[in-house]
Amino acid sequence: MSSSLTFWKRIRRTPYQAIAATMTIFITLFVMAVFLIMAGGSSAMLTYLESKPQLTVFFKDDKDKDSINQLISNIKNTGRIASINYISKEQALAIYKEQNKNDPLLLEMVTADILPASLEISTVSPVYLSELAENLKKEKGIDEVVFQKDVVDTLVSWTNTIRKVGLVFISFLLVATFFIILTSIGMKIALRKDEIEILQLVGATPWYIKKPFIFEGVTYGFAGSALSFVLVSVILLYFTPYASSFLQGIPNLTLFKYANIALTIWPPNAFLFLSLFIVLLFSGLIIGFIGSIFAISRYMKN
Amino acid sequence: MILFNGVEKKYPGEVTGLDSISVRIEDGEFVFLVGPSGAGKTTLLKLLIREIIPTSGTVCIDDWEINKLSSRQLPLLRRKVGFVFQDFKLLMDRTIFENIAVSLEILGKGSSEIKERVYEVMKIVHLEEKSNYFPKQLSFGEQQRVAIGRAIAGSARILLADEPTGNLDPKTSWEILKIINDINKLGTTVLMATHNVDIVNSLKKRVLVIEKGKIVKDTKKSKYAK
Repeated sequence: MSSSLTFWKRIRRTPYQAIAATMTIFITLFVMAVFLIMAGGSSAMLTYLESKPQLTVFFKDDKDKDSINQLISNIKNTGRIASINYISKEQALAIYKEQNKNDPLLLEMVTADILPASLEISTVSPVYLSELAENLKKEKGIDEVVFQKDVVDTLVSWTNTIRKVGLVFISFLLVATFFIILTSIGMKIALRKDEIEILQLVGATPWYIKKPFIFEGVTYGFAGSALSFVLVSVILLYFTPYASSFLQGIPNLTLFKYANIALTIWPPNAFLFLSLFIVLLFSGLIIGFIGSIFAISRYMKN
Repeated sequence: MILFNGVEKKYPGEVTGLDSISVRIEDGEFVFLVGPSGAGKTTLLKLLIREIIPTSGTVCIDDWEINKLSSRQLPLLRRKVGFVFQDFKLLMDRTIFENIAVSLEILGKGSSEIKERVYEVMKIVHLEEKSNYFPKQLSFGEQQRVAIGRAIAGSARILLADEPTGNLDPKTSWEILKIINDINKLGTTVLMATHNVDIVNSLKKRVLVIEKGKIVKDTKKSKYAK
């Protein structure tokens, strides 16, 4: 017989309120996790693409090595180039083989001849890119100029949209959850007015009286966050095979790196799940805690 | 030691609850508070647990001046003073054992110590057979005994009883009185408000007669005639 036991009894005796509060936290945290993963994934994708060459020039087969060397030195002389990398047909084949090593069917019949040689170029500043691309297109023996900037720009606008929509969604849900916990716990405080008065009269400290209500809110938070973590993990693992065909050729996507710690978002890994669990758990506990504290200060008189 | 010094209590609308009360009650005393309804008996008792605050004057228990206690000290005061209410104020969804155990739990006692003390108290109030009953399953007299048990189980050295026999038949009233008297013999100071002249007269204890908020008579080991 302790106050923690009474708090379990309280939850058991009002199961519908407990379920409502837990489910609301669960839904909020689930949506939060989905948006976090989407926002994190697109940010990591952006970082990945920005680290790649900004301009790729594919040569026609008749372009000889000398004229390519000439072109490279011309481009370098402009002084606007951060890096330039020549990829021969043989190197292109090696890259192709590496990317498709798990799929022997795609390796059959492919020889260095059918792959184009190319140049991967990064400029010191993105403002030089379009001018450089235009100039390169005028060169002879150039098959195609792929401008990475377009891809990056589209992704930037997607990332921003996801962040904004996510922020609005999560804020609304958080506010709704907060009020549901507040009313749920507030109702219980009102129902137990007599008990609270008696406990105060026999000399219980304010903390002794408040503790079960805070535990209750925190328990809802814990249950909601655990449920949302389980669902998000199952969904993540379920979609991993689909995502891996979509993200073919990208070895990994890292969200951030600090000293020895790197949060890699692709492929899914233990550290990613751990981070997700910690974020959801803390959010759940904090919502439950703050909700019950507010309910106490609103409905319990000292 | 309980000390009232020039205590005045006015309720809203200039209704006088108590008027210049000065009285001293020593440790271990048994004092009856008698007087008609509305005389101020309950007001006087409630001042001792600071459920209400005096309009002027001071109320002290030992060296604690009650109206000056901080909100942190208030629970500590209430642990010193067990209160038996006329309407019992039991926790209806808890068993008799749990109701009595509350005063020990709030002190942070361990479960084995709680169990030992609750059974000890249940013997004093003759409820050892009913530990798993809920208050609604008990008679009024038994419920009053639970309330007394709760009041003395913890660290209280003072027992305040507000009309503890008010709703009870004569036989049960005598049982309750005997229990309270036994508790007093164990060293607890008792302050009991009552209407029951027979009870007061039979025990020959100190009697404070209150009328219209004033102490009109303070007699030791005396009888009280209405």
